[in-house]
Amino acid sequence: MKALSISNLRKTYKGGFEALKGIDLDVEEGDFFALLGPNGAGKSTTIGIISSLVNKSAGQVSVFGYDLDTQLVDLKKQIGLVPQEFNFNQFETVRQIVVNQAGYYGVPRQVAHERAEHYLKQLGLWDKRDNAARMLSGGMKRRLMIARALLHEPKLLILDEPTAGVDIELRRSMWDYLIDINKQGITIILTTHYLEEAETLCRNIAIIDQGNIVENTSIKRLLATLNRETFVLDLSRDDDTRVEPALEGFTMRQMDDHTIEVDVEKSQGLNKVFDQLSAQNIKVLSMRNKANRLEELFVDLVERGRTEKSAAGA
Amino acid sequence: MMTTSYNFTALKTIWIKECTRFLRIWVQTLVPPAITMTLYFVIFGSIVGERIGDMSGRPYMEFIVPGLIMMSVITNSYSNVASSFFSAKFQRNIEEMLVAPVSTPVIIAGYVGGGLARAMIVAVIVTLVSFTFVENVSINHAGILVLTVVLTSTLFSLAGLINAVYAKTFDDISIVPTFILTPLTYLGGVFFSISLLPGIWETVARANPVLYMVNAFRYGFLGVSDVSISVALSVIIAFNLVFFVTAYTLLQRGIGIRS
Repeated sequence: MKALSISNLRKTYKGGFEALKGIDLDVEEGDFFALLGPNGAGKSTTIGIISSLVNKSAGQVSVFGYDLDTQLVDLKKQIGLVPQEFNFNQFETVRQIVVNQAGYYGVPRQVAHERAEHYLKQLGLWDKRDNAARMLSGGMKRRLMIARALLHEPKLLILDEPTAGVDIELRRSMWDYLIDINKQGITIILTTHYLEEAETLCRNIAIIDQGNIVENTSIKRLLATLNRETFVLDLSRDDDTRVEPALEGFTMRQMDDHTIEVDVEKSQGLNKVFDQLSAQNIKVLSMRNKANRLEELFVDLVERGRTEKSAAGA
Repeated sequence: MMTTSYNFTALKTIWIKECTRFLRIWVQTLVPPAITMTLYFVIFGSIVGERIGDMSGRPYMEFIVPGLIMMSVITNSYSNVASSFFSAKFQRNIEEMLVAPVSTPVIIAGYVGGGLARAMIVAVIVTLVSFTFVENVSINHAGILVLTVVLTSTLFSLAGLINAVYAKTFDDISIVPTFILTPLTYLGGVFFSISLLPGIWETVARANPVLYMVNAFRYGFLGVSDVSISVALSVIIAFNLVFFVTAYTLLQRGIGIRS
């Protein structure tokens, strides 16, 4: 079953700005789906329409078969939303915020209190349950919004940049938690600026730019289209002098006395680089990707989309 | 059945949230009316009132008690909903309700219920304050009294909600109370009987809806009124209907709350 189905979705804001230009998107039940795009691409508008915070101009949206126009109540019950900005009452306590949210979905107060204990414990907020939300750290506020979104036990969780401004350790613990609840059957749609996050968590991906979907595929398939990667190699010689290797067939840049950057085509393979370095008595101390692989693809796709559009317009 | 049940839970949740809000800040919400009304009783009742004598056949102090209670009910029901709903818009926590399957009438009823609860508590506080100044506060028509206060606080809660929907800044929610509500209340027969007004001004005063609320409430207390009670109640109910339909239409269309 499709968790989300979007067809020809358009949104034009007052003033004429066309945020969505007729997008189509399907997300299967149980998926962990990434919606990527640069700022102002239309990600938040899409999420806003799905969660009925933004009125659409045209098109159809359905969530688990419930239509946005005709079955809004049932549709809303399926969705848990973690917005980009903190949008809870800063003066209410952590427990009040989550229990009230459950109440809006018709969850009886007693049940809401039991679930609040469960989710706040899972997200490490139980000790803060009686603290005013404004007293929480940024990371805790993010987790509070996740707990709030889960209290009515939705089948589809939508997270709009959930780890923005969160430190690395906390981000990774949030990833573990999201992977865990996805395994339990909750479909997750994620927008993020951290492409590493999408690559680590998600199985499928859509890239949106200027109100259009420019790519919609699985992350595996997308990464397979990557033809070239840049590697950074830290090198040394036995005498500890400056290392300036010659790499035939590769584009190489010398970064400092012991570091080089090498562009490697998929067809070339890394072995040839190591073979040539060994032949020159150079040791490879360490190696890493210069940029996130998905980041390279993302930039490439967005730029290609814009070039094609301007060519068509010309 | 399910729909009724979850709507009731949602309504209860909004109402509890609203009551918790004004009770949490009781120094800002419940104490000021007590202090303001004490000053009114001292200045207009004890000091000036003794020189005025009777009004509509009642001692002046006794005459102004219902009007002052009604004045507190009007300002508190209005400001409770206006500030709470606008804060929810401003902090964007209104989105908590908008993403949930809460129907528009439930949102309106929840906020109005909060305004009503605060207005009732303030009415009781001001009534208790009045007991320290007036020895025999009699209640002539308890049913009219309760009906008027409930309908009036509902009306001004709805008005506060409409104001908050349109408001874009905190200044916008103080304009209506300052420039419309206060003049209407002061000219609505709180401190005087409109029979004292000369010719045309008495007719003009009858165009003020607050006059009907104050007089209906005074009738419940003292059994005297400048206007017909059936007309007064009809006017209040008519305004309630108009304001409810307006608030419903605005929220349903997402004016001020949805892009």
